[in-house]
Amino acid sequence: MGNNETRGMTVIVKTITRLTLGFILLYGIYITLNGHVSPGGGFAGGVIIALAFMHIMLAFGKEEALKRLRVSRLRILAGAGALIFLILAVRPCGFIDYSVALPLCEMAVVGFGIFAIFTALVLISKTGKYKED
Amino acid sequence: MSEYMLCLVLFSVGLYCVLRKRNIIKIIIGIGIMDYAANLFFVLIGYRDQGRAPVFAQDQAIRNMVDPLPQAVVLTSIVIGLAMTLLLVAVAIRIYEKYETFDITKINKLKG
Amino acid sequence: MNFIPYFIAIPLAVAFIIAIIGKKDKGFSGILAALAAAAGAFISLAAAPSVMANRALVCGLGMARAGLGISMVVDSLSVFMLITVNLVAFMVAVYSIGYMKPCDDRWKFFALFSLMLAGMNGVLIAGDIFNLYVFMEVAAIAGYFLVAFETRAEELEAAFKYAVMGALASIFILLGIAILYSYASTLNMAEMARLFAQVPVGATVKFVGVLFLMGFGLKAALVPFHSWLPYAHSSAPAPVSAMLSGVSIKVLGIYALARIFFNVLGVSPYLSNLLIALAVLSMVVGGILAFGQSDIKRLFAYSSISQIGYIALGLGVGTPFSILGAVFHLMNHSIFKSLLFLNSGAIERMTGTKDLGKIRGIVSRDPVTGYTSLAGALSICGIPPLGGFWSKFVIILACIQAGRPFLALCAALVSILTLAYYFNALTPALFGSPRRDAGGEAGKKSWAMAAPMLVLAALSLITVIMMFPNVSNALLKGAASVLADGKSYADIVIMGGVR
Repeated sequence: MGNNETRGMTVIVKTITRLTLGFILLYGIYITLNGHVSPGGGFAGGVIIALAFMHIMLAFGKEEALKRLRVSRLRILAGAGALIFLILAVRPCGFIDYSVALPLCEMAVVGFGIFAIFTALVLISKTGKYKED
Repeated sequence: MSEYMLCLVLFSVGLYCVLRKRNIIKIIIGIGIMDYAANLFFVLIGYRDQGRAPVFAQDQAIRNMVDPLPQAVVLTSIVIGLAMTLLLVAVAIRIYEKYETFDITKINKLKG
Repeated sequence: MNFIPYFIAIPLAVAFIIAIIGKKDKGFSGILAALAAAAGAFISLAAAPSVMANRALVCGLGMARAGLGISMVVDSLSVFMLITVNLVAFMVAVYSIGYMKPCDDRWKFFALFSLMLAGMNGVLIAGDIFNLYVFMEVAAIAGYFLVAFETRAEELEAAFKYAVMGALASIFILLGIAILYSYASTLNMAEMARLFAQVPVGATVKFVGVLFLMGFGLKAALVPFHSWLPYAHSSAPAPVSAMLSGVSIKVLGIYALARIFFNVLGVSPYLSNLLIALAVLSMVVGGILAFGQSDIKRLFAYSSISQIGYIALGLGVGTPFSILGAVFHLMNHSIFKSLLFLNSGAIERMTGTKDLGKIRGIVSRDPVTGYTSLAGALSICGIPPLGGFWSKFVIILACIQAGRPFLALCAALVSILTLAYYFNALTPALFGSPRRDAGGEAGKKSWAMAAPMLVLAALSLITVIMMFPNVSNALLKGAASVLADGKSYADIVIMGGVR
């Protein structure tokens, strides 16, 4: 992981990434919300959304990706998703539509969690210190 | 019957990988193969003859569904396998920094 | 009963809250984690009388009808182990508030600690065999992360070996659950127990029994599946070693094994004999390998293997008296071993080394650490009137009563061996004059590290209370009778359990 990685890949990859990123996110949300009739659910949707962010990181380099979504925010979002999930599980709330809320919380936890771990692995440099921006 | 045997063959391929390979990454891949073989076995147990997907639709009879319980179980189990792989890969990257090698026979600073 | 999910929900919520706010508020995360463990202990103590009265509390999650949905069962054995686990976890959490002070990433440690506690509580209250597997995995993965916490080279290597072997064990358990499901077509343990009570032992039960013995035996560190334990327990930070050795190998290994073998599959002579063989091997091999260890934590780790052999021996022999001894020894060993590992952490901080050849004169340098180590070591060796003597005595007596004098002889010999290696290693370390070139920080001791050691030492002195008839009838006999009277588990939960 030297200087080459941070400058990203070739122009072809960058253009295709720019074009398909919105579709990847849309596809992830679709799979999340349609989990109860077709294969999918919160977990698979979360993985696909994390893949969208990883796509940015691989194609453009880590600074670009981290400009979009800071690591500290990722941690807070993932933790908040998990906490809401837990509260919904323990105390039933009458006014929340469970079949939408639960997959969304799962998606938050899994998606942001996986991207946070991927970022952490990428940011580990040779000296072994974990650098955050 | 033959599909269960093939699942167990896949399982033993993964087991061979974990036991005999020297590279850490290959060991991690072997654990992944074993995990998926066990999950596949579990899903195949739920198969019923002439069954359809276990989705509750308004116009179709409940009678010919495959068993939905193994499918729910395997969803959870795949996530567990993901967490395990995540952990092993993170530890492997850190090991590479400290030991400069992926060879497991050279990583033995602990004695006894 | 509606409070049963809170055993899992409280530590889990604390883990997520620490993950969100932990980075800003350094000291707060430790206090939250300790509060979660204390809450668990408090709820389990409060629930104990009603469990004794009703023999089982069942909470069905989303159960429209009995038998559908996931159920959580708290019966006498569960509440006994819940009290032990949460108490030990509370002590370790308070200790690690003091131990982890120089570390800047403390919030990560306490988040993982709470996750591990949530997983253990989940295993103890699981009424569904797959629920047991999921929470076992949660606790195990949190444990792998905790072993590698300080990311020194030895810790990473130990964590990798532990993780690979643990993953193998989990996959064997998953295969066993799959075959069990295809045979019984239900995952609920009570329903499965009812089914297996009517069906004779066939090849399926034997095969599944061997698979579970491999899987859970690895988590419980029975020989020949023990090789991860010396690495993991000696390289991990001290509070993690205390949690792993004092709680994890008992809950994930012995409790799950006992629950499945005694209550679900139904104990058969084939499986009991296998268990006894592995137990005797563990006792002897653990005892012999502990001799001549120069590292204090590795010594304690091999001693753990030996004592788990005792517990497995008590379970394998199978008479009600021996199961009583096994359960009592389980509680005793949790308290002693975590005390000893916490002490080893304090010793390491004080002298800067783990090598037994270099540690001298702990009692004169720091009386708290020295005397609590002495109390813990005496209890494990089985010196009357400390608690460890009674549990070992019960196991040996039960072996003689069951007509197996050879096993009793083995147990007694290993007990003498335990005494030998503990005093061979610890007498020069504790007594004797301190060396002049001793390093580390001397004199500075925080109360957060000292208080749990004192409380655990006091507990180890008074566990002999468990043998008095009133207390024994209340807690210990109830716990043992769940296993001894295995087939009644189905009836208790399905018909008698209070919902």
